[in-house]
Amino acid sequence: MLSTDEIRRIDHEIALVPVRKAASIEALKIVQHHRGWISDESLQAIAAHLGMSAEELDSVATFYNLIFRKPVGRNIILLCDSISCYVMGYEQIYTHLQALLHIKFGETTPDDRFTLLPNPCLGSCDHAPVLMINQDTYRDLTTEKLQEILKEYK
Amino acid sequence: MERPLTQHINFNRSSLNLKDYQSVGGYQAVEKALTSMAPGDITKMVIEADLKGRGGAGFSTGTKWSFVPMNTLGQTKYLIANADEMEPGTFKDRMLLEGNPHQLIEGMIVAAYAIQANISYVFLRWAYKKAAWLIKHAIEEAYTAGYLGKNILGSGFNLEMHLHTGIGRYMCGEETALLNALEGKRATPRTKPPFPQVSGLFGKPTIVNNVETLCNIPHIVNHGADWFKDLSPGSDAGTKIYGISGRVNKPGLWELPMGTTVRELLETHAGGMKKGVSFRAVLPGGASTDFLVEEHLDVKMDYKSIAAAGSRLGTGTMIVLDDQTCPVGFIHNLEHFFAQESCGWCTPCREGLPWTEKILLSIENGTGRPEDLELLEMHTKHLGPGNTFCALAPGAMEPLQSGLKYFRADFEKHIKEKKCPWR
Amino acid sequence: MATIYIDHKAYEVTPGKNVLETCLTLGFDLPYFCWHPAMGSVGACRQCAIKLFKDEEDTKGRLVMSCMETVKDNMYLSIEDPSARAFRTQVIEWLMTNHPHDCAVCDEGGSCHLQDMTVMTGHNYRRFQFPKRSYKNQYLGPFINHEMNRCIQCYRCVRFYKDYAGGKDLDVFAAHNHVYFGRAADGTLESEFSGNLAEVCPTGVFTDKSLKSHYTRKWDMTMAPSICQHCSLGCNIIAGERYGELRQITNRYNGAVNGYFICDRGRFGYEFVNSINRIQQPLVRAHIPEPADKDSLYRQLAIILTKHRTIGIASPRASLEANFALRQLVGKENFYQGVSETEAQLMRNILLTLNAGHTHSPSLKETEAADVVFILGEDLTNSAPMLALAVRQAIRKVPFEKAAQISIPTWHDAALRELAQEEKGELFIAYPTKTKLDELAGKPLHLSPDEIARLGYAVAAYLNTNSPAPEGLSKHSLKLARHIADSLKKAKNSLIICGTSLFNEAIINAATNIAMALSGEEKKANLSFIVPECNSMGLAMMDAPSLTYAMEALENRDIDTVIVLENDLYRRGGKKEIDLLLEQRKNLVVLDHLHHETSNKASILIPVATFAEAEGTIVNNEGRAQRFFQVFSPKNENFRESWSWLDEFRQFQNGISPEELQEPGNLLAGMVRLMPQFKGVDTLSPAADFRISGQKIPREPHRYSGRTAMLANINVSEPKPPEDHHSALSFTMEGYKGMPPAPLIPFFWAPGWNSVQSVNKYQTEVGGSLRGGDPGERLFSEIRSAERRYQNHIPPTFIPSAGEWLILPLPHIFGSEELSIYSPGINERSPKPYIAINRKDAKNLNAVENDLVQLRIQDQSYFLPVRIMEELPEGLAGIPYQIPGLTGISWPAKGILTKGNT
Ligand SMILES: Cc1cc2nc3c(=O)[nH]c(=O)nc-3n(C[C@H](O)[C@H](O)[C@H](O)COP(=O)(O)O)c2cc1C
Ligand code: SF4
Ligand code: FES
Repeated sequence: MLSTDEIRRIDHEIALVPVRKAASIEALKIVQHHRGWISDESLQAIAAHLGMSAEELDSVATFYNLIFRKPVGRNIILLCDSISCYVMGYEQIYTHLQALLHIKFGETTPDDRFTLLPNPCLGSCDHAPVLMINQDTYRDLTTEKLQEILKEYK
Repeated sequence: MERPLTQHINFNRSSLNLKDYQSVGGYQAVEKALTSMAPGDITKMVIEADLKGRGGAGFSTGTKWSFVPMNTLGQTKYLIANADEMEPGTFKDRMLLEGNPHQLIEGMIVAAYAIQANISYVFLRWAYKKAAWLIKHAIEEAYTAGYLGKNILGSGFNLEMHLHTGIGRYMCGEETALLNALEGKRATPRTKPPFPQVSGLFGKPTIVNNVETLCNIPHIVNHGADWFKDLSPGSDAGTKIYGISGRVNKPGLWELPMGTTVRELLETHAGGMKKGVSFRAVLPGGASTDFLVEEHLDVKMDYKSIAAAGSRLGTGTMIVLDDQTCPVGFIHNLEHFFAQESCGWCTPCREGLPWTEKILLSIENGTGRPEDLELLEMHTKHLGPGNTFCALAPGAMEPLQSGLKYFRADFEKHIKEKKCPWR
Repeated sequence: MATIYIDHKAYEVTPGKNVLETCLTLGFDLPYFCWHPAMGSVGACRQCAIKLFKDEEDTKGRLVMSCMETVKDNMYLSIEDPSARAFRTQVIEWLMTNHPHDCAVCDEGGSCHLQDMTVMTGHNYRRFQFPKRSYKNQYLGPFINHEMNRCIQCYRCVRFYKDYAGGKDLDVFAAHNHVYFGRAADGTLESEFSGNLAEVCPTGVFTDKSLKSHYTRKWDMTMAPSICQHCSLGCNIIAGERYGELRQITNRYNGAVNGYFICDRGRFGYEFVNSINRIQQPLVRAHIPEPADKDSLYRQLAIILTKHRTIGIASPRASLEANFALRQLVGKENFYQGVSETEAQLMRNILLTLNAGHTHSPSLKETEAADVVFILGEDLTNSAPMLALAVRQAIRKVPFEKAAQISIPTWHDAALRELAQEEKGELFIAYPTKTKLDELAGKPLHLSPDEIARLGYAVAAYLNTNSPAPEGLSKHSLKLARHIADSLKKAKNSLIICGTSLFNEAIINAATNIAMALSGEEKKANLSFIVPECNSMGLAMMDAPSLTYAMEALENRDIDTVIVLENDLYRRGGKKEIDLLLEQRKNLVVLDHLHHETSNKASILIPVATFAEAEGTIVNNEGRAQRFFQVFSPKNENFRESWSWLDEFRQFQNGISPEELQEPGNLLAGMVRLMPQFKGVDTLSPAADFRISGQKIPREPHRYSGRTAMLANINVSEPKPPEDHHSALSFTMEGYKGMPPAPLIPFFWAPGWNSVQSVNKYQTEVGGSLRGGDPGERLFSEIRSAERRYQNHIPPTFIPSAGEWLILPLPHIFGSEELSIYSPGINERSPKPYIAINRKDAKNLNAVENDLVQLRIQDQSYFLPVRIMEELPEGLAGIPYQIPGLTGISWPAKGILTKGNT
């Protein structure tokens, strides 16, 4: 079941497009914003609201990198693994993150605090290596800075 | 030296709001265009100015607009700013979006007017959180000031503008895949023809332009086509935002006349290579361009000159390969990206890219075989332009084919020694 | 015409088509995957690459996808160009990187498009050294098996299932080389056309699950051209047998009828042929049924088949030959249609219209070209599934005109869909409940049968003032009627569809009026009638009295024997009347292939051949007579065609000797002589003595294997293959190997093309008619014969009456048809009995969903769980039509509902 707030926001997006289905991506974003991820139940509820089948919506949802169809932690670390960050040594950052959090790419800490994901270029190549946690971008990373940064996220 | 796009951007200050922007001449182009120019005149002016798309392909912007059917009273048309910027090594649009969002909005209004579009979108990459906030805010300001909405400046022209943030896929930057994403579908590309100019978003005529392209529009309208051409001494008009990342002393972005040389960018603006490393090669225009090497340092960064040197201007943001970085690993990283970001629609890209990635990884890890180089070459041949559905895979092959040319010895060494010499 | 040059040779071709289909039409072997003749091009697989040159001088050229290029005059092309060839081989190598190479254990092996294309391009050595990706498979219900590892990502499945057939529960997930084709979760595929996935998928991802239970390779089957027996549309099918068992039904292309597809009832409904419920032996029932040998059977028959005292009851699901043989046996005056008077009257009415020739009865193919469609009183998906599919295509094609303006050709599927978005042609549906096609209709109109008719009359009256207008229609309905009339008037190619499903003659009259009002002097409006069964039309054309009159004859005349041909009379009327009818006679001779309520009462029971063991001719709803051929000669010699038994029985009446027995060809010729309307049915296919190069057409592919070994466990000497005296087909693999005449195509195969895609080779042009013309003969001349007369029996406003309900027969694709229900898969998909009422009515009954309600109808009483259907008009209650447990009702019916089991 979608909350009234979610429905209100989704309906707003629907109003902006010529066909209901066209709001599918916005709707997924809205629900993920509220719930962290898109469970099968959420997917079905959104699909029903948009007049789509679960298949049609999941086809869209699974296409994109940032719709999570599995539960994720409270904080999402997106580490850029693209070329400038490669040159500037994202691999060390990754190794260090693994040591700190004991998780690999695609995993979530047992306390659900962090999910760690690789991510293509974050558009801050002049300040590589770069990572994002939730809404915040951290540039010119060094292994030393990491611990400080992570502290901010409970 | 004029820097029309970035002269008012200063990252030590916050971004320009409506007032700031107006105080430096902002929205004059909208006034001029909407109140004193016919839509066709603007398109003509942009054609004359010889503005080429800054999104990578370098197609004449005005000519592209001229394909939009114009005798279409009441028909919905769309203008879209492509702010998806997800090509590895590319970060130029971010500066324009975060530094001066109104400049983009102004460019979009004028462009929309030129093609008589009444709905416009900024298709923004999700990771640009700050830009999202700024653009949203700027759009609101523009509505309040009467630059957007109904009957703009009493001209009778209406324009809606919306911000759409993507949910992550390089393909979304490809203009037809972008349309699918905006329609709430999987971002797989569409065939051309029909071109979006006649059947685009929701089947309606649509123009998609890069952020930098659109940011140039107000200046062209304000100062004229000749002024724009004169900005650059070379064969291409205007300025270009160039960027460098990699192991250089001062990575960054600079707005310079079209045709600035690689050497000037590298040595003067980026401050040369970092201590302890030396230059080996550069991808001149983002991840999907061919390597240039030492001998090309004096090549001018304009469309023609770079093409003559065997590469593409692309997005004009360079990635430097230094001698401490393994070229095989470097190229593997690129192909990993492209294989991951293939949409899965056409066979060569979907199946070919992961194969090259796997081969490159095995070479890098010391399990490569001599015949693997042939297989890589085969891929560069068969994944070329025209063979695949869109430009993603041909782009992916550019660094690989030039890498095989320039770094063949390194590949062979990996295979022979069964390990990466840099590890 | 345009001239194009392929590898330096000039060809005259049709401009505007795509280059791929043109090359295939010209006979080139050009590989492809994602393109499909009915679904058009999307350019995804890149398999069909060829070289295109700027002009004659250009030697470099560029690689293009032939499926995405429009044929223009003066095009220079090369298929043989080495770089194009190399690229095509490379595409296969890519596709093969992850393919499991499990052909030996794959159901598709030997009829696999991927195998064919791999051989065609010449890819053979594997260079991909890495592990293959693998997927989990899904359970997709009783019809379709899923084996995702074999997928080559051509996207055909979703393009067919979603885009073409409107399915919602199959899609593509994920991206890059992880794309997955399936459902959101395990579960039965909901589409009524899911079986086509097995033919559309070029490899073994989606395969026929029913075949799996008695698997046989295509090359090992004995096959024959046949006609689907499960509804009135007469789709063309290929039926395949091995070891005396029917094993598979596939589509048989007919350009005018079903094209490339069939529905799931047609594909999976065949298993009654193999049913343990088959009547195995003649039975003579004194007190207990006794198996009878031929002698004792004939002795009995000789006693009871007395002239003048025998009547014959025919069948709408038996062939013309069988029905005619019965008529010959008992005589015209003793020959009755085995259907209720209501049904017979509906059919007479339909025939009247079709013979009057003011309207056009369109083929399925023609249906696809309609631009505005009005459906009155039919739930097409359930009563005539392939017509529903055709309407879907029709509605979709309307925006094509706009596409043509910006030079998008009709084969350019992706571009058309992007341009058209949700835009569609106009579709109006008036039916009491929701139907699957409603999603395409502007606003579905849920009305009682009489109100549907009244609306129809109102529409007709708006179109032509000579057509009578109903009185007392609400303002709202009048507005609606005007809107529909306006749309129809504007249409270039309007189509009106109605039928017998609701047993309401007024609907048929109203629809006829609309079509007549729309018909101009030059152009006639299309009017499609859905009729109950596969040969309802043919039977009706024999113009015999209904069961009611058979009953009368039994009451008033000295009749002692009733012969019932392939007919369970309990499906034709109320249980009580049929009981009465059957009790009134002394002897009841039943000929059928399955035991049923009627056969259980037979004093003499005679097993007959099913369509698979018989040759015969049936007439579809359009009026098209089509012939089906014996697939195999049954091991059980008792499984003789009904006509052959009946013809033989004439000796007991006429004293003819068995040597004078009729051949089916003679039977038909005789029939045409007696009933000229059937002109043409005797020449539907080449005669039995037809030969090419002195040879018959083999029913078995030339790779048929194991012939000498198949029965070696029983007898080491190979039995002589059965001979077919009745047709030009042989039961062996020997015979003419070239292209057979269209009516005699037992299977599609061409050198290098083992899969069904070989159908390209059999067509005059891709997607066109079969070489020599599509088989079948339309029996209605459509020459305007009578004066245009509007029907005038407008029913009064439907008023729900307190206590008495109008009971609606709701057809179900799976369940409502008598024979297909014997297939376990179809049975599984058929609904459990229920009674549908609207919420208000339910409330008045004090019932909620699933509460048991007692339905009393014609002295019968049923306890049925309530299914609330919000849209159902008040005073109507729907029950699934003719599903097991709900037969023995005389339609139309009224009934009384009470809550609980009181
Ligand atoms: C895979 C792929 C990704 C692309 N990504 C972007 C992008 O992020 N931003 C962009 O402006 N153009 C991108 N393009 C180019 C666009 O397709 C299109 O050419 C461009 O937006 C047109 O704008 P312009 O004419 O102003 O250059 C991409 C192209 C491809 C093939
Ligand atoms: S399942 Fe079959 S039809 Fe679907 S994409 Fe795979 S190979 Fe093509
Ligand atoms: S058949 Fe032409 S690209 Fe697939």
